Amino acid sequence: MALVEIRDVKKSYGGVVPVLKGITLDVEEHQVVCLIGPSGCGKSTLLRCINGLETIDSGEIRLHGDRVSGPGVDLDALRRDVGIVFQSFNLFPHMSVVENITAAPIKVLGQSRAEARERAMELLARIRLDKKADEFPDRLSGGQQQRVAIVRALAMDPIVLLLDEITSALDPELVSEVLDIVRDLRQEGMTMVLATHEMGFAKEVASKVCFLYGGVVHEEGPPSQIFSDPHDERTRAFLQRIIEAGRL
Amino acid sequence: MDDTSEATTVDRTRAPRPTRKWMPAPPKSVVGLAVTAVAVAAAVLGAAFLTVGAVRGALGELEAETAWADVWLYAAAASAVFLFVPAVKGLETALKARRLARVDFADARAATADAGEKAKLAIGYAVAVLMVLAFGHFLIANEIAVGRTFFDVGLIFETFHLVGKAFWVNVEIFVIAEVLVLIWGLLIAVARLAPGRAGAPIRLIATAYVDLFRGLPAIIAIYLVGFGLPLTDLPVLRDMTPTMFAILALTLTYGAYVSEVYRSGIESVHWSQTAAARSLGFSHGQTLRFVVVPQAVRRIIPPLLNDFISLQKDTALVSVIGTVDAFNQAKIIASNHFNLSSVTTVAVLFVLITIPQARLVDKLIERDQKRMRAGG
Ligand SMILES: Nc1ncnc2c1ncn2[C@@H]1O[C@H](COP(=O)(O)OP(=O)(O)OP(=O)(O)O)[C@@H](O)[C@H]1O
Ligand SMILES: [Mg+2]
Repeated sequence: MALVEIRDVKKSYGGVVPVLKGITLDVEEHQVVCLIGPSGCGKSTLLRCINGLETIDSGEIRLHGDRVSGPGVDLDALRRDVGIVFQSFNLFPHMSVVENITAAPIKVLGQSRAEARERAMELLARIRLDKKADEFPDRLSGGQQQRVAIVRALAMDPIVLLLDEITSALDPELVSEVLDIVRDLRQEGMTMVLATHEMGFAKEVASKVCFLYGGVVHEEGPPSQIFSDPHDERTRAFLQRIIEAGRL
Repeated sequence: MDDTSEATTVDRTRAPRPTRKWMPAPPKSVVGLAVTAVAVAAAVLGAAFLTVGAVRGALGELEAETAWADVWLYAAAASAVFLFVPAVKGLETALKARRLARVDFADARAATADAGEKAKLAIGYAVAVLMVLAFGHFLIANEIAVGRTFFDVGLIFETFHLVGKAFWVNVEIFVIAEVLVLIWGLLIAVARLAPGRAGAPIRLIATAYVDLFRGLPAIIAIYLVGFGLPLTDLPVLRDMTPTMFAILALTLTYGAYVSEVYRSGIESVHWSQTAAARSLGFSHGQTLRFVVVPQAVRRIIPPLLNDFISLQKDTALVSVIGTVDAFNQAKIIASNHFNLSSVTTVAVLFVLITIPQARLVDKLIERDQKRMRAGG
């Protein structure tokens, strides 16, 4: 049994244009699954469905075998355990860095202020931002903000971490400092699903690469196979364009 | 891809396009403007002395003529001479600019700008002085009718303690109403944002309430509450004082306005903030409380203060239900003395408490705009 099982998930916005047309995908424990595909193919939508930010129309999503989609699911509990990091960081601008990280552990998990802060400082030290603990987000660079956003999700000690194009809003020279954290997390065995346009990175860290196209998973496989010997015509065309654009 | 490769091959067979010459032009002369400024200054000076003459005449009728008053009046009129300082300087500079234009355009432009600025300054101040003079004439027209009716200094001093004391009733009403409005308005706003299908009836009721009280003139709300509720003879309600009814009516009315202010503030917080909070496991209520409302509050302070200013002014409406507030007290005095000067006192009191708040609103808006420009 996979950690996250996605079965024939369908989703449309406003009941008109279908975005996901039957996605089936397994995420095993300690795996890093990379979602690739053209812009607008539904990568973000799929991630948002996994942690319940969007409701699905049909199909099901299971976590540890337990159905976490459909009516009656405690979405707050689900989101507590499935962390997500967004392309645009979305730090809380009225809270300092450390408050951003400790807010949910204190208010949602009921940790004590001291306990939460201690853990936050530990995490900040790991990404070498402990000196910025009391700064406000608008005083940080984009890369620093995104690292804090990752740490904010980690402070909830998630079972799975979803990363939605976490480097696409960053200047090229800031990308690596964010990707380093993902490498570290992979070393530790954190289960992650990431939507990304960084093909080189996907090739390096992925346990499995899924090519999304037209609302379905067109092809999936180990990065070595997908990137060097794609079976599917569409995958090949997509990768060809990426290579032409100099991004692989 | 294809078109970029085409664009890189430059066609070298054609001659380069000739670049047009930049033709420097001399600045437009402002001598005319500067002469106008000098003329306006002279006219205003003349008008000032004419007005002083008229005022002295009026004071003579009141038998309030004193040597000191004369000194002050003539000094004030003579101060209009200062209008000549920028006017004459402006004219000098304008003439200099015309000479410079034959030598160096850049210098001439700078001098012209300077001259124009000075001339406009002189004219601007002259217009302001003219307005003050016109107001002076208005006061003393028809044998000081206006001055006597609205600004009877003796009566103002005599009745100030009565009006001032009654003004505390207004202060009491608006301070209590403002506190209640802050709480009530937030409750309504949150009700209007109640989530899901279960929240629909709550949203509906809250919306109906806001529609009703935004459309209902405050004076009618006060009238209905102040006269209607006591007639119902319900417990609690029948023991309330007119002041309490006034507070209740204003809270109901302004609660509707302020709930809209809160709501627009809450909705101005980008949805991605809500997404971030929800994805950390915050509930709907926690998201509002810890993430959305704290960010909304900063933005709503200026519109909130504006609503408070109008609430303060609307406390004058409570006189319709017989509450003896400053306006009611002043009206009583006015009818006893057949003179409106006590009402002027109330007017001045209202204006005085409003000005600092208006300036505070300006400051806050300016600060927020600075933040926006700074990209924070
Ligand atoms: N809230 C929404 N309402 C309506 N349509 C939406 C909404 N969010 C996304 N869509 C549509 O759904 C489709 C998939 O969007 P999604 O953001 O999941 O794509 P994506 O693969 O993440 O693209 P990108 O690589 O550009 O981030 C797009 O066509 C988009 O226009
Ligand atoms: Mg996306």
